[in-house]
Amino acid sequence: MIKRSFFKSRYLPYLLILPQILVTLTFFYWPAIQGIIQSFLLSDPFGRKSTFVWFYNYIELFTDPLYLKSILITFIFSLATAAVSISLGLFIASMANRALKAKALVRTMLIWPYAVAPAISGIMWLFLLHPSYGIVAIAIKKSMGVDWNPVLYGTDAMIMIVMASAWKEVSYNFVFFVAGMQAVPKSLIEAAAIDGAGPFRRFWTITLPLLSPTFFFLMVMNIIYSFFETFGIIHTVTQGGPGGSTNILVYKVYQDGFVGLNLGSSSAQSVVLMSLIIIITFLQFKFVEKKVQYSG
Amino acid sequence: MVERTPILDFLTYAFLMIGILIVGFPIIYSLIAATLPLDEVSRVPMPLIPGDQFMVNMKEAWTRGDLGTQITNSFIMATGITVGKICVSMIGAFSIVYFDYRFRKLAFASVFCTLMLPVEVRILPTYEMAANVLSPLQAVWDVLHLNGVVSWFTGNEFSLTLNWSLLDSYSGLIFPLIASATCTFLFRQFFLTIPEELCEAAKIDGASPMTFFRKILFPLSKTNIAALVVIEFVYGYNQYLWPLLVTTNTKMTTAVIGLQNLIPQADDLPEWNIALGGALLVMLPPVLVVLFMQRWFVKGLIEKEK
Repeated sequence: MIKRSFFKSRYLPYLLILPQILVTLTFFYWPAIQGIIQSFLLSDPFGRKSTFVWFYNYIELFTDPLYLKSILITFIFSLATAAVSISLGLFIASMANRALKAKALVRTMLIWPYAVAPAISGIMWLFLLHPSYGIVAIAIKKSMGVDWNPVLYGTDAMIMIVMASAWKEVSYNFVFFVAGMQAVPKSLIEAAAIDGAGPFRRFWTITLPLLSPTFFFLMVMNIIYSFFETFGIIHTVTQGGPGGSTNILVYKVYQDGFVGLNLGSSSAQSVVLMSLIIIITFLQFKFVEKKVQYSG
Repeated sequence: MVERTPILDFLTYAFLMIGILIVGFPIIYSLIAATLPLDEVSRVPMPLIPGDQFMVNMKEAWTRGDLGTQITNSFIMATGITVGKICVSMIGAFSIVYFDYRFRKLAFASVFCTLMLPVEVRILPTYEMAANVLSPLQAVWDVLHLNGVVSWFTGNEFSLTLNWSLLDSYSGLIFPLIASATCTFLFRQFFLTIPEELCEAAKIDGASPMTFFRKILFPLSKTNIAALVVIEFVYGYNQYLWPLLVTTNTKMTTAVIGLQNLIPQADDLPEWNIALGGALLVMLPPVLVVLFMQRWFVKGLIEKEK
């Protein structure tokens, strides 16, 4: 789209777009193409020798049980994180939406975790869930009688990183749910109230369906968040362990590429990740938004 | 509300309090831990009454973690990313919306494609790129066998190696993260909502494109810019993977990464009071920015993502 009235100038528009194009080309397109090329090469970590091996890296990748496990872990992790943070965000937002008088105060008290770096969230939750000092860990041990230890047990470690990731994301979801709820027409709520529908009924039959676009949008954003931005949490808290139980895809790319110096495999993993996120974005644009709007 | 529901109202506030407590708990608990001496913070369970060691712990975290240097680095990185992204994308969007030229659509499409592809998915090649930003030119040079050509012309053995590394530098921390399209997209959306008449009137008054940009477009975009400042500052300050790769010199490390060194490992003294004190110090700048600029932040966030 362009404005109906526009400027005519021979060089100026090119000059204005140049910085953006330059930065994009050098740090986006060139690396992306290099990555794709590298994923078809097999190179030794020291020398500069590399051979073209077609899909060898990809075949290796998808027959590697560790990689398949990493895919599974990533999906469990991102779905769990999204489920916890979305439901908590929705719950708090629906309460905040009712508490009209304290809205500004409530927002202030809930919004700040957005600004906390994932890595710092990880440190705080590591302390809370630490097997020997953590207060939450002790509470879990005492109340449920389980041998809680995220340093030793994979499932516990997974729960720990889900907590740390979801905690940070609640405020983000809260902001969007509150905005979505404010957009629900007052007249609809009032009409339903006149028809005798109570607050809960109104929430289920009016507010919630109207929130479905927000809901799906947040689902996508939360999954993307847990795919990529949680790198800091993993790196500070579990480093992929114990026994690879929290080794999500992004962390594996880093480990295989920078720690293991397996360039071909790491590039192939990057390409897989790239395709994954393109698919997710595409789905969001094409199907989810439309479908939700039509049926809602 | 539509009707009176005293019981439900009470429950609402009660649950809301619980919700706020759950969300705030890690911070409150860290704050308490940061006030305790070592023997109390490692007691099980840790006492919930604040101690008097707050300043001592903070000082220790500050010096041991070299937080002064690191927070400065984070600050420079975050500011650079914020300013760079906003400048680059604002003039880019201006070009796309207000001019008609042959490659306009291609330019927009190429920028749009980068939307939502974070640096995390192309870390290795981007790292190689940062290690030598001139490598594409070198590649072109090599493909054309220009070394041979120059040697043939001059009669001397000639070889050219282009190398400009961004590793361990502020430009390395900043530039690769400016390459994202979200801001351009947002500015484009916003410019499209600005009435046509403004541009029309400016043209009749004989204003040049840059005058129009400076005198009309820029003032109108102030709220958008304020919102983006908050979002991009938080984004830049909290970066983890990229600074981890691009810096090896401890003097160039950012604060969020430096904190890693304060976390007690298995054999260390469990000095969580110092680790958490450091964590609180490091998180302070972005949290303050978000709290003080809440109104713009919320506006920007919702507009940015939709």
